[in-house]
Order: sequence, then C-alpha cells, then structure tokens
Amino acid sequence: MANAGTKNRPLSPHLQIWKWGPHMFVSILHRVTGDGMAFAGLGVLLWWLGALAGGPASYATFQWAMSTWIGMIVLVGISWAFFSHMMSGLRHFALDVGAGFELRTNRMWSIICPILGVVLTAAFWALLLLR
Amino acid sequence: MGNGTSIGRVRGLGAARGGVVHHWLLQRFTSIGNLLTVLFLAVSLVLLPDYNYATMVEWIARPVPALAMILLVITTFWHARLGLQVLVEDYVHEHGNKFACIAALNLAACAGIAFGVFCIVRLALGAHA
Repeated sequence: MANAGTKNRPLSPHLQIWKWGPHMFVSILHRVTGDGMAFAGLGVLLWWLGALAGGPASYATFQWAMSTWIGMIVLVGISWAFFSHMMSGLRHFALDVGAGFELRTNRMWSIICPILGVVLTAAFWALLLLR
Repeated sequence: MGNGTSIGRVRGLGAARGGVVHHWLLQRFTSIGNLLTVLFLAVSLVLLPDYNYATMVEWIARPVPALAMILLVITTFWHARLGLQVLVEDYVHEHGNKFACIAALNLAACAGIAFGVFCIVRLALGAHA
C-alpha cells in the first residue's frame, strides 16, 4: 500500500539484518522451490501434455529437448523442487496444528526437511534409472 | 467505519472480510491435491517400462491416469496461482501494478488449466494424431 500517508513509514528489517538459521533457510527454500515450480515445473508439464496431444513428431521434439544436458538439469531441478517443497509443506502442516514450535524441535525439522528433499530426489532418480 | 471489535477481527470480520482464511484454507486443500496427484505421476513414471510415444499415450488415455492428470493440472495450477498471489502481494506494492499482476496471474492460471485439460481429454478420447 503506497498511499501518500503511508509512504514514509519506517520499514521492518528484512533478511540482511537477521542472523541466519535453518528456520529462515527452509522458509525461503519453500518460496523459491514453489515459485520455481510454478514457472518451470508447470511450463514443462504443459509442454509434455501438449507434445503428447500434438502427435509423435512434437513428442520427439520434447524428448530431444529433455535429453539435452540443459533439459536434464531442468528435470532434476523440478523433481528436487517438488520433493523439497513437499517436505517443507508437510512441515507447515505440522506447524498448522500447533506442533513443533519448541526451539530444538523446530530447528531439527528445519534441518531435516531440506535433507529429506535431496534424499527423495536421489531415490526417485535411482528408481527411474535402475528400472 | 472502524476496524471492528477484537473478537470480530478474529472471526474473519476485520479489514480483509475473511478472504484471508479462505485463501489460507484453499492453499492447504490444493496442497493435499498436489501431494496425491504428483505422487501418482511420480510412481507411474517409475512403473512405466519406457517413455516412448506409444507407451505414454496408451498410459495417459486410460481412465484412471487421465482423470488423475486432469486433477493434477487443476490442483497444481490453482495452488501455484494462490502462491504467486502471495509473492505479488509481498513485492508489488503499487496499486495499479499489483492489480495488473493479479489479473495476468488469474488469466495465465485459467489458460494453463484449460490447455492442460484440453490436451488430456483429446488423448483420452483418441483424437490425437
């Protein structure tokens, strides 16, 4: 709200003033992975569906794009964003019911969630490639 | 007009008129939808023998995968629309720009859902090439 009367109000301190902790990291990671998927993830989803509906030729183009190294990075990135966002989202569900606010517990899950996101991504690609 | 009594604000009768609670709940409901449908897709991708055109089309044309993918498109786009709205509200402060961003976001989300569902319906009804 940038009304005339509110423009010169003092701003609340932003990221640069706080000492970094895992809680901050997992919160920012949730936003980055979510917004990243909203653009890259949903874009690739529509490309995939459109290529399938378009026929074998357009699907071949999609397959070629996804088998380049840029495509592989995008696909691995999307899957990592999903599993990370899923873990921090499940953490939000626990916090929503009022659980996990004790300092040590909160810190522990803030550290575990992003690690589980990476582990699940690795497990997913291991299953895909070893199938 | 004032901001109402404290208990009235708590009950969703404050300045936002309860829209915040609605947004918050929808974000949770769609996240459950995302969890179920994206995990369905992930498990399906692991179980499929290969990703050739014929295999993929045969899979997505079947009733359960087709329905799951239609629900996936709807729930993920809806969830992304709610999430990006918060991003806009946090970082775009000028009224006109904020309105334009939210308007574009709504159009893009609806267009994305329509395109995705249209593609799946075409495949499910065998209208693809």
